[in-house]
Amino acid sequence: MASTTPRFTSGSLSLPDLVRKSSQTQRALFALILLSIYNALATTNFLTLATLRVNLTQVATIVIVAVGMTYVIGSGGIDLSVGALMAISGALAPQIFDSQRALLRSEWIGIPLAIVIPILVAGAFGYFNGYLITKFKIQPIIATLVLFLGGRGIAKALSNGNLVEFNKPHFDYLGTGRPFGIPVQVILMIVIVIVAAWALRSTTFGRYVLAIGGNERAAELAGVPVTRVKRQIYVLSGLLAGLAGLIVVAINTSNDPYQVGQDMELDAIAAVAVGGTPFTGGRATVVGTLIGAFFIHQVRYTLISHGVADGTTRMVIAGAILVAVLLQRPKAGWR
Amino acid sequence: MEAGELRQDAVDPSATAYSKVASLWLRGQGVLIALILVFLFGAWRYGDKFTSSFNIWSMLKNNTYFALIALGMTFVIMTAGIDLSVGAVVALSAVTAARLSPHGLWVALAAAIGIGLLVGAINGGLIAVFKVQPFITTLAMLLAARGAALNLSHNASVSVDYASNYKELWKTEIGPVPLPVAIVIVAYILGSITLNLTRFGRHILAIGGNEEAARLAGLPIDRTLFFVYLLSGGLAGLAGALLAAQGNTGSPIAAVGWELTAIAAVVVGGTLLTGGRGSVWTTLVGVVLLGLIFNELNFERGKGIFDLTQYWEEVIRGLFLLIVIILQARLTSTARVTRTM
Repeated sequence: MASTTPRFTSGSLSLPDLVRKSSQTQRALFALILLSIYNALATTNFLTLATLRVNLTQVATIVIVAVGMTYVIGSGGIDLSVGALMAISGALAPQIFDSQRALLRSEWIGIPLAIVIPILVAGAFGYFNGYLITKFKIQPIIATLVLFLGGRGIAKALSNGNLVEFNKPHFDYLGTGRPFGIPVQVILMIVIVIVAAWALRSTTFGRYVLAIGGNERAAELAGVPVTRVKRQIYVLSGLLAGLAGLIVVAINTSNDPYQVGQDMELDAIAAVAVGGTPFTGGRATVVGTLIGAFFIHQVRYTLISHGVADGTTRMVIAGAILVAVLLQRPKAGWR
Repeated sequence: MEAGELRQDAVDPSATAYSKVASLWLRGQGVLIALILVFLFGAWRYGDKFTSSFNIWSMLKNNTYFALIALGMTFVIMTAGIDLSVGAVVALSAVTAARLSPHGLWVALAAAIGIGLLVGAINGGLIAVFKVQPFITTLAMLLAARGAALNLSHNASVSVDYASNYKELWKTEIGPVPLPVAIVIVAYILGSITLNLTRFGRHILAIGGNEEAARLAGLPIDRTLFFVYLLSGGLAGLAGALLAAQGNTGSPIAAVGWELTAIAAVVVGGTLLTGGRGSVWTTLVGVVLLGLIFNELNFERGKGIFDLTQYWEEVIRGLFLLIVIILQARLTSTARVTRTM
C-alpha cells in the first residue's frame, strides 16, 4: 500500500498551514504553553506551589464570570453589567449581617443567607437584563449598559460609598478556604467550567443557546423558546457574577464598592475572545474561555513579575487580544 | 427549510416612508420637548440661581467634552458601529496636552488632537482593512490608550505648565460665549453639513442602513469607515485637550466610562444603534439634557430636602437611560431585532 496521501507529506506541515488549520482555542492553548515554558525558565519562583496557588486564586473569579459571558456571547449577545453586579452582590453580603436581627446574626442562618441572597439578587438583575432585551427588543449592549451605569451606584449607595469590613471566618472560607490544599474558589471554578462545558454541548438548553446565536429567527421558527432561553442566559450570567463578587469580598475580608468587579466586563470579554468564541454568536467554547482567561492572566503576571510598567502591560494585553481576534477572522491566517 | 421563508415580507418603502419620517420627527422633538420641560422645572424649583447666565454657561462649558465625543460617536453609531475607546483617548490626549503645555497652546493642542487621530486611525484601519469587529477593536484600543496614558504620565497626574498660555483654551470668551462652547457649536455645524450635504455623509448613512447593499452599490465602504473612526478619535483628542485646560492637569485615570456616557447621549438623542439614521443636533440636545438633569440634581442636593448622596446620581443616570430606551423601543415600531454589534 503506497502512502500517497498528500496530507501527511512534510511539505504541508509548514507553519502557515498549521496556523490556518488550528482552531483559535488550540492557538490560545499553544500560546499559553509557550508562555508557561518561558516563565518556567525565566521567571524566578514561577514553578512553586505558592505561585500556582496565587495565580489560580486570582484567575478564578475572571473564569467564573467569563463562563457566563461565553453563554451570553454564544447567543449573540453581550453583558456589560457583570462588574456592577459583582459590586452589588459584594455590597449586599455585609448588609445582611449588619441588620440588627438576632436571627441573622447567628452564623448558621446568617452565613448561608449572606451567600444565597446576594447571588439570587444578582441573578434577578440578570433577569432584568434579559427582560429588557426580550420584551422591548433592545440590543444587549444598550440594555446591559443601564446596569453598567447604574449598578455600581446601587452598590455604593448600599454601603454608603464606604469600605465595609466584613470579617466572618465562615464566610471568608469562600475566598481563603483550602480543602485538600486547593483554594475553594479554584474548586468552584473547575466545577463550573466542567458543568458549563457539558451543558453547552449536551443539554437542550446549551443547544438552544447556540441555535439562537446562529440565527435567532430560524431558531424561533424551529420552535426554540427564544424569549425564555435568552432570559435564562442573562440570569446565568448574573448568578455567576454574584458568586464572583462574594469571592472577591471573601478574599479581601472587606467590601469596597469602588473596586469589586471593576473592569471585570473587559477581562471576561477578552477571555472569551481570546479563547475562540466568535462575537457573531452560534459557536462557543467554555474550555477555550478557560484557556483565554489563563493566557491573559499569565501575560499580565509575566509582565508584572518582570517589572514592566502597568501601562505597557495594558498595551501588550490589548495587542494580544487583537492578534487573537485577527487570527480568528473567517478567512484567517497569514496572507 | 428555504432561507427565503425566514425573511419577513418586504414592505413597500414609499408606504412606510411617511410614518418613518413622522416617527423620526417625533423622537427628535421628543428630546427637545423633554429638554424644555426639564429647564422649566429647574427655573420653577430653583429660581434665579438656576437660570442665571453664570449657571447656564458653566453647565454648557462643563459638558463640552461630552458633546465632542458624542458627536464622533453619532457618526460611528450611524454606521452601525461603536467606539469604546474614546474615554481612554480623552485621558491620553489630556496627558499629552499637559506634557507639551510648556511649548505653548498650539503645539499642545495639535499634539492632543494628533494623538487622538492616531488612535482613531488604528481603530479605523483594523475595522476597515482587517475587518475586525468595531466592538472588540475599540475595546482593545481602550486598554491600549489607557496604557499609553499611564506610560506617558508615569502613572501620575501631569500638571499643565504654570507659565503656559494653555489655559486660555478654557478661559477665553468670545463675547458672552466661552471658547469651548464656541468650539462645540462650530464642530456640530460642520458635523451637520458633513452628514447632510456631503457624499461622505450619505455614505455613512448608506453603510449603517445596509452595509452589503452599499458595498454592492459600489460605495467606498472601507474608506468611509476609516474616516469615521479617525474623526471619532480626533474629536476625543480635542475633548481631552479641553479637559486638560479645564483642570490644568492631565490625569491618566480621567474620563473612565465616558464612552458609555456618550453612547447614552446619542441614544437619548434618538439615533438608532442599528445605524442608518440619526441626526447630530438631537445628539447635542441629548448631551445638554443629561447635563441639565445633573445640574438640577446638584441644586436639589443644595436644598437638602432629600438625602441625595452622590451615589444615587449614578443610579439616576442608569434609570434615565432605562426610561429613554424603553420609550424609544415603544416609539419605533420599526425597531428591528438585530445582532449585538
